[in-house]
Amino acid sequence: MKVVYERPKTLEKVVNHYCPGCHHGILHALIAEVLDEMNLADKAVAVAPVGCAVLAYNYLDIDWIEAPHGRAVAIATGIKLAHPDLLVFTYQGDGDAASIGLAETMYGAIRGMNVTTFMYNNAIYGMTGGQMAPTTLIGMKTTTSPYGRDPKREGYPVKMAETIALQGGTAFSARSSLYNPRAITDTKKYIRHAFELQMAKAGYTFLEVVGTCPTNWGMTPVEASEFAKNELAKFYQLGVLKDVEGSEQK
Amino acid sequence: MNEGALKVVVDEELCKQCELCVSICPVHVLQISSRINSKGFHPVEIFDNDKCISCGYCAMTCPERAIAVYKPEVERA
Repeated sequence: MKVVYERPKTLEKVVNHYCPGCHHGILHALIAEVLDEMNLADKAVAVAPVGCAVLAYNYLDIDWIEAPHGRAVAIATGIKLAHPDLLVFTYQGDGDAASIGLAETMYGAIRGMNVTTFMYNNAIYGMTGGQMAPTTLIGMKTTTSPYGRDPKREGYPVKMAETIALQGGTAFSARSSLYNPRAITDTKKYIRHAFELQMAKAGYTFLEVVGTCPTNWGMTPVEASEFAKNELAKFYQLGVLKDVEGSEQK
Repeated sequence: MNEGALKVVVDEELCKQCELCVSICPVHVLQISSRINSKGFHPVEIFDNDKCISCGYCAMTCPERAIAVYKPEVERA
């Protein structure tokens, strides 16, 4: 029998703590697959966030550092300056990268630090129980916006990939999703490209991944995937927003 | 080719019964089994091995990476 797919080596064989159907697991596995394919697992250092992915160091067999809430890019900057040859990436949620850590994320891009940020955007604060995040869609109900988000009261959702793409130090900024095999393939392609650009010392690389939170959205995993495809991916346009290598503009 | 070998092998302890693989399967050969694992979930299983096209979509979609997919070697004449 020919192997079509087997669990990547870098992904530890443990049951993860994510809710059933959470797309965090897919993103972890894609990063593990790319690290395996590029033979970079021994050189990779990751910075874990505060949020649902706080225990990510249990799942990928690479070196991890746990950052205070939002400060992942600042710590990644330090690691990269001390060890320029290592592959350094941060794995953050939307509350971590776009809310409390907005300054750190922005200055990673403005200074053009050679690190990669993966921002998992599920439009809600998952770990703390489904409060409104800066990325929550207009009209979306959360525990702190029970009548739906109203821009007059709570402001507008932040589009991080576009914001990062505007900064001069950014080498690559893209947004992708994980709702079907095609979107997953695109995400994997972007992860690989981001790592390649980082190893070529091109600048800051940023990938926003639109994911789901079935538990706090109050949906089944399949419904949540449909919601990500029909609502989230419509507002957060998928595609490459900035790429210094080639003019792949969508 | 080993006739009895399953094309989709599920690690039943890792499965969390999210049904994403069942919804994504293009030929509908996956189903939730009646067995139960130590976390209390019913793991997914393949019920029609012959119809499976070994596309690997279920493995790509699995958030737990509980699925391995194999393709039989075809002997050409």
